[in-house]
Amino acid sequence: MKLVEGRVRIPSGCAISGIISRDRRKFTGERIVESMKVMRERSNGLGGGFAAYGIYPKYKDSYALHIFYNDSNAKRECEAFLNEHFEIDEASELPTRKIPEITDEPLIWRYFALPRPSRLAASQLDEREYTARCVFAINARIDGAYVFSSGKNMGVFKAVGYPEDVGRFYMLDEYEGYMFIGHGRYPTNTPGWWGGAHPFSLLDFAVVHNGEISSYDANRRFIEMFGYRCALMTDTEVITYILDYLIRHVGLTLEESASVIAAPFWSSIAKKPPEERERLTYLRTMFPSLLVTGPFSIIFCFEGGMMALNDRLKLRSMVTAEKGDMVYVASEECAIRAVEPDAENLRYPSGGEPVIVTLNGGKDNA
Amino acid sequence: MPNYILPDFEVERRDDRCIRCRVCERQCANEVHSYDEENDVMLADELKCVGCHRCVALCPTRALKIVKYSGTFRENANWSNQSILEIYKQAESGGVLLSSMGTPNPYPVYFDKILINASQVTNPSIDPLREPMETRVFLGKRPQNIERDETGKLNNNLPPQLELSVPIMFSAMSYGSISYNAHESLARAATELGIYYNTGEGGLHEDFYKYGPNTIVQVASGRFGVHKGYLDVAAAIEIKMGQGAKPGIGGHLPGEKITEDVSRARMIPVGTDAISPAPHHDIYSIEDLRQLVYSLKEATEYKKPVIVKVAAVHNIAAIASGIARSGADIIAIDGFRGGTGAAPTRIRDNVGIPIELALASVDKRLRDEGIRGNVSLVVAGSIRNSADVVKAIALGADACYIGTAALIALGCHLCRTCHLGKCNWGIATQRPDLVKRLNPEIGYKRLVNLVTAWQHEIKELLGGMGINSIEALRGNRLMLRGVGLNEKELEILGIKHAGE
Amino acid sequence: MKRVYVNEKWCLGCRLCEYNCAFANSGEKDMVKALKGKKIYPRIRVDEHDGITFAVSCRHCEDPICVKSCIAGALSKEGDGMVKLDRTKCVGCLTCVLVCPYGAVVQDERGAALKCELCLTNTAGYPACVKGCPNAAIVYEERD
Repeated sequence: MKLVEGRVRIPSGCAISGIISRDRRKFTGERIVESMKVMRERSNGLGGGFAAYGIYPKYKDSYALHIFYNDSNAKRECEAFLNEHFEIDEASELPTRKIPEITDEPLIWRYFALPRPSRLAASQLDEREYTARCVFAINARIDGAYVFSSGKNMGVFKAVGYPEDVGRFYMLDEYEGYMFIGHGRYPTNTPGWWGGAHPFSLLDFAVVHNGEISSYDANRRFIEMFGYRCALMTDTEVITYILDYLIRHVGLTLEESASVIAAPFWSSIAKKPPEERERLTYLRTMFPSLLVTGPFSIIFCFEGGMMALNDRLKLRSMVTAEKGDMVYVASEECAIRAVEPDAENLRYPSGGEPVIVTLNGGKDNA
Repeated sequence: MPNYILPDFEVERRDDRCIRCRVCERQCANEVHSYDEENDVMLADELKCVGCHRCVALCPTRALKIVKYSGTFRENANWSNQSILEIYKQAESGGVLLSSMGTPNPYPVYFDKILINASQVTNPSIDPLREPMETRVFLGKRPQNIERDETGKLNNNLPPQLELSVPIMFSAMSYGSISYNAHESLARAATELGIYYNTGEGGLHEDFYKYGPNTIVQVASGRFGVHKGYLDVAAAIEIKMGQGAKPGIGGHLPGEKITEDVSRARMIPVGTDAISPAPHHDIYSIEDLRQLVYSLKEATEYKKPVIVKVAAVHNIAAIASGIARSGADIIAIDGFRGGTGAAPTRIRDNVGIPIELALASVDKRLRDEGIRGNVSLVVAGSIRNSADVVKAIALGADACYIGTAALIALGCHLCRTCHLGKCNWGIATQRPDLVKRLNPEIGYKRLVNLVTAWQHEIKELLGGMGINSIEALRGNRLMLRGVGLNEKELEILGIKHAGE
Repeated sequence: MKRVYVNEKWCLGCRLCEYNCAFANSGEKDMVKALKGKKIYPRIRVDEHDGITFAVSCRHCEDPICVKSCIAGALSKEGDGMVKLDRTKCVGCLTCVLVCPYGAVVQDERGAALKCELCLTNTAGYPACVKGCPNAAIVYEERD
C-alpha cells in the first residue's frame, strides 16, 4: 500500500529557489527550472514544484483554482460545489506536456472563479476568507479532489518527479511572470500523492521549505484552533497556515511575523535597545506556540513580494543575490549563478534574519 | 485489651557497630529508642516507629536499618494486611481514618508508560552545553487581538504575567501543615531561582512579606489569612477550589498545630481546629466563581494574575473550559496522586483521576474550543522528576507545581505521618524543638539544587529533541509515544504507541 | 584566624559533634573501632538547660586566661592565634578548667586537661564537629 501524505509524517531534505523582478518585468518559467536543475542532487525525484506570480494577466481579478482529481466522480462532485459557490469564468484542463519522467498523473484542472456575490454577502466574510474556507471544505470533504492553488494571477504547479521534469511537464517555459519559486524534494518515505508535493499554497501565499521542524505538533495543535486543518502533516503546510494566520487574521507585518516564528533568543533580546526589546518580548509572549524550532529555510511569497527566512540556529543553507532589479534566493549559490552568472551582493542571511523583497512601488506588507 | 495493631516496621540495629552515642534516642520524636544503662545496650520499641529514618540518617556508624515488619497474617490477595489493620483501628476508635501525603496505592503511573523522542539524521539534536537552550515561560492570559497606536506601533496589551526561569513552581502547602522554616526555605529558594512558591491556605506570615514578588497567595474556602495586605504583597492570587489528594472536601488542620504564629497568620483563635469548608460558601456555580475572580482583580487593581486551582475529577475538561471563560488567567489542575498534610484515607485513595489523563483531556478540550491560547495551564499531582515535567509540557501544560518532591529535597522520607504533628525532619510539625531541625540555610540550598538539576536535565532532553526553546514543546504530542498502554489510554492521552 | 562558632538557634543537642570529635582525635580509621565500648572524651561539649542546647568548645581567646593560669607552661598562644596545649607538659592541676570563663577546657582519660585544637594536627584536618553537625549549627569561619 502506498504511503499517502497525511497518514504519516514524512521528513525530507530539499532544494529551494526563488526569483523576483522588483520592477514587475516578466520572464518565463524556464529560469526557475534551470535554477532548480542545477540542484538535482538535493532531490530524489519524489517531488518537485513551482509557484508563479503574474502569469494570468487576462484573468488577474479571478481566483485561479488548480485542482487534482483522482477520478471523474471527484471532478463532478467538486464542480458541483464550485458552481454553487463561485461564478466560473473559464474551466479547462491545465495544459501539460506528456513526458516519460512524469507518470501516474491525476486529472489536473484549472478554473478562473469569483465568489458568487449573493453567497459572499450571505456569508458575511471577506472575499479571501470565503475562498479560503471553500478550499478547506473541498479538501476536507470531497474525496479525491484537492485544490492545490487558489490565488489571483498566480499558480502552483507540482508533481511527483524531479523539479526540472515537473517544470517541463507543466510547460513552465510558456508562462511569463514577475516572481517564481521552486522546490525539489528528498523525502525519506515514498509519498504516492501529488498533492503532497511542494510548494504549499493558500490564496496568494505560497511557501517552499527545506528543513524539519521539531516544533511541528506544538504549532499544529495551536493553529488548528483557528479553523485550519493540517491534513498533509507537512512542515510547509503548517508554516503557511501560521503565516496566513499572523498576516491575514492577526494583522502582523512580515517583520513582526518573522519575529514570532524565528524569535530571537532571550539573551539576544536582552541586548537590544529598550523599545525593540519590549516589542520582541511582547511578540514572543503573545504567540509562544507559533515559535518554530528545528532547521528550516523558507521562501514565503505573496502577491507583493517574498520573504526568505532561516531558523535561528541557521541549520539549513540559504544564499541571496541580486542584479539590477532582479533578486535571487536559493539553497545554493550555483542555483543562482546558473541563471545569473553576474549576480552581485551575494549574501548568506543570518539565522532568524528575514530578507524581505517587495515590488517597487508596491505596499510593503502582505 | 489484646493488642490487635501490628507494628509497621522493625528496627534492626547492628550491635557490633553501635557505639551507644544515643543520637537516635535524642532525635526520635516518637520515642522509639532508649538506653538501658544497666546493661549498656540500646533498646527499640518498634510499635512506635513510623519509618521516618531520622535515626538511620543520623547514626554515625550506620548501625541502624528500618525494615518492613515481617510478621504477617495468612496470605490473602483480597484482604491485605493493610485492610485488616484498618478495620481494627476503626473498631477501636470509631473514627475516620486519616492519612498524609499522596496515595501509595498501585494505580497506573502514566508518566512511566510514556517515552520521549530524540532527533537523529533528518533533524539535528542540539547541544545544550554549547547552544542557547531556553526554559523561560510566561504564565497568564493572552488577549484576543493585537492593538496598535496611531503610528502603527504595537501596544503592549498583555495583562499581568508571571515570569518563570524554568517551568516549575512550588505547590501550595499551608503554614500550619508545614513549619515556618519549611516556608522560609521555599520562599528563599523561589526567589533565588526566579520561580514562585505558594502559601497554601494558611495565610502568609509577616516575616515572609519580603518574598512577596515570588509568592502566590491562596484564597481557599476557609479564607484563612485573607486580607488586603495579603493580596497586595503577592505576585499572584490562587483561588483554591479543590486539591488533588482530597477532591470534594476542604482542608483540615488539627488544633495542636494551631500555635500563636499559625493563629495570627490564619486569623483564627489558638488551639481551634482549622477546618475549611468543602465548597466556598459563596461559590456554588461557575458564575459565582467568575464573580470572585473579578472581585480579587478589582481589589488588586488588575495588577495580578488570578489562578484557579481545581482537583482532577471526571468532568475536568468541562470544568476547565468554564474556568477559562470565567476571567481566570491561569488554571492549576491537581491530580489524584497529589500530597496532603492530612486527608481521610478513603477519599485520598479513591477519589479523583490521574493528572496525565486530566491534562491531556483539558488541553484537547480547550484547543477544540479554540481557547487554549487564552489561559495558561499548570499541573500538579506527583511530578517526581524532570522527565515528568517534560512529558507534562509535551502533553500540553505550561508549567508544573511540585510539592512532595520539594519536601523530599528538604529531608522528608515519606513516612506519611504528617497528621501526627511529630515530623522528625522539622517539616510537617509546629513543635519548636522539631521545627528547629530544618535549617532554612540548608533547606533553601537543597531546593535550589534540586530545581537547578532538573533544569539541566530538561535542557538535555529538549536538546535531544532538537528543540531549543521550551515553548516549542508545549502540546507537542508527536514527541511522545506510549508503551504498554491500551487503545483508549492512547486516545485520551492523544499520543501514538511506540513503534508508530 | 578561623574559629569554631555555634549558633544555638540550630543546635539540636544531638551530640554528634561530641562523637565526631572523639573519633577525629582517636587516631583510628574506623569509628566503631575507635569508640565502641569506650568512654569518650570529646573536646566539644553539649550543654543543656531549659530547652536550650549549645555546644561549647575552646574560643582561642585573644587574651587567654588559661595560658596565664597554667603552672606548668603547657598552655601557650601561637602566633596565628590558636591556644595550644602541650599534653606532655600538663601536670593535671586543672586550674585552667576552673578559670576558663566558657567551661571549654575538659578532662581527658588521665584526668589531665584537654581542649579543642581545631583538628589542625589530627587525622581529620578540618574541624570534625563542623563537618558532622547535621543542622549547620556549628560553622568554621573568620569573624572580627
